Amino acid sequence: MKSAKLRRVSWLSWIVIVVGAIYFLAPLVGTFEYSLTALRDQYSFAAYERAFADPRFVQSFGYSMLLALATIVCSILLIVPTAYWVHLYVPQIRPLVEGITLLPFVVPAIVLVFGFIKIYSRPLEIMNIPLVPPLLSTIESTNIVLIAGYTVLSLPYMYRAVDNGLRAIDVRRLTEAAQSLGAGWGTILFRIILPNLRTALLSGALLTFAIVVGELTLATFLGIPAFGPYLQQLGQHKAYEPAALAIVSFLLTWVALVLISIVTRGNAGSAAGSH
Amino acid sequence: MGFLDLENIQKKFATSTAVENFNLSVERGEFVSFLGPSGCGKTTTLRMIAGFELPTAGIIRLEGVDISNRPPNKRNVGMVFQSYALFPNMTVADNIAFGLQVSGKSKEQKSKRVEEMLRLIHLPQLGARYPYQLSGGQQQRVALARALAIQPQVLLLDEPLSALDAKIRVSLRHEIRSIQQHLGITTIYVTHDQEEAMSLSDRIVVMSEGRMEQVGTPFEIYNFPRTQFVASFVGTLNQLQARVLDPAGGKLELEGQTVHIAKAIDKMAGETVAVALRPEMIGLDDGGEEQLSGTVEDSTFLGSIVRTRLRLRDSVISFDVFNNPNLSLPRRDDKITVKFPRDAVLILQSSGAIHAGTE
Repeated sequence: MKSAKLRRVSWLSWIVIVVGAIYFLAPLVGTFEYSLTALRDQYSFAAYERAFADPRFVQSFGYSMLLALATIVCSILLIVPTAYWVHLYVPQIRPLVEGITLLPFVVPAIVLVFGFIKIYSRPLEIMNIPLVPPLLSTIESTNIVLIAGYTVLSLPYMYRAVDNGLRAIDVRRLTEAAQSLGAGWGTILFRIILPNLRTALLSGALLTFAIVVGELTLATFLGIPAFGPYLQQLGQHKAYEPAALAIVSFLLTWVALVLISIVTRGNAGSAAGSH
Repeated sequence: MGFLDLENIQKKFATSTAVENFNLSVERGEFVSFLGPSGCGKTTTLRMIAGFELPTAGIIRLEGVDISNRPPNKRNVGMVFQSYALFPNMTVADNIAFGLQVSGKSKEQKSKRVEEMLRLIHLPQLGARYPYQLSGGQQQRVALARALAIQPQVLLLDEPLSALDAKIRVSLRHEIRSIQQHLGITTIYVTHDQEEAMSLSDRIVVMSEGRMEQVGTPFEIYNFPRTQFVASFVGTLNQLQARVLDPAGGKLELEGQTVHIAKAIDKMAGETVAVALRPEMIGLDDGGEEQLSGTVEDSTFLGSIVRTRLRLRDSVISFDVFNNPNLSLPRRDDKITVKFPRDAVLILQSSGAIHAGTE
């Protein structure tokens, strides 16, 4: 009786898993299958060969990966000290900070990018004295604006991950222990807090990476030759290559994520730090 | 002036006063415990010495230097926490070496010191382990080694044994004391456990509601509590109310019976005073020249001793006699008379603040 009930429950969960898997995998499988049909009446990798032959693919994908890494570094440097400070000294404003980090979900990227264009197309000036030249006038300084924008888009994921990580360790005691041993703020952040947030930072970084590599809106409107705009342009002219590249970029993103997790493993023991 | 001086320390938080009028002079190499219930200000005082809290008023001097407003990382004090607070991302050896690393010691100096510390805490083979691979007792010993590695001027311990189970607590207690004596390091120890404070300390500061109730050796605190609070918090003294009959002659009325005490009483005739009666000085037949009569409430056999509770008129006192097979034990409802010497009765002050100059 009881086991029959259990069996029914486990069947139900299997059905949910299968439906979920189909929902996620079917588009991938479909795209993959389609990408193989570039030649009539046979499966081939012709679309892949043609896509790889275009140097703009490697360039734009590499560019987006660099942007993603820069975003992750900026995001960590911005969020870890902030979240740490909030935890230690002003825990009562945590809801406020959390609310601010959720803004990218409320304000669409298109609004953000038009704001950027409006502000940074002109020199920043106070009382008609120009202080900063227009950042969007050169491609180098436009990158700064783009990375800043990506950092904003990564806020909800990164902040949440770091906040959870900080909650899992006794931040206050560890800080005090380090202080009593003579450590200053820099040492505490880089030798105690960051290493203990490794797992949290990793998950935040993975999400940030995925967002940035696939991002279209900011890159398009700021005119940056990133992977998103390239894929979109390609889609307007070609049929099979975008499908092939979608699959390739999917795989490359996974490879990059695995690489990040291997590189950040560093000293093996810290992974098991929280028992 | 002592090695570590706390002068008129006061700490106020937004709505409450955590510590007030705290004066203490600690000698070099002395082991001093702050003893009291939670919320008595003992941990706040310790944290002010460590620099985690700044006093609202008062001065803290270490070897004559005013450190009241120095940040904690410039104080050279070692701290051990109740929750161990080992760095989970570092091995035991790296934890111990952390303070040395921060102060820029060479690799040889570090490894030599780490080895020395591991030997001191009897865990020489565990340097490569991570904290999560150690038991609580081992973790706390590593925390102690980490605090001592930087050769601090003062060692501060904040309820270091409270998170451990009873057996480890006792053995680690002895180890802390022997390491402290071996190194001769000046130590402040915060605890709510009177037995811990008694067995470890050179001196104890009993605290209640932010005030010092009494400062003294464990012997003094236990045998001569000054206030009702100390008497009730430390040990098992019987506390009673008495009326002064003859202050100069030390004559009191206790539950309708008359007793004499060894000293003159600093009160007027007719006033009520709190007195304490030491249970281990009360005997059945040959305890001394003073006596009290009452009815036995119950008598409990505890192995080596027999604890009897005796109802006088309104209150009950308890006393212990050593077990003796030839002894006939008091039984419930027996009317008996117990005897005790005159110095078994102590006059207690109603409360609190130690006035400047009494210590």
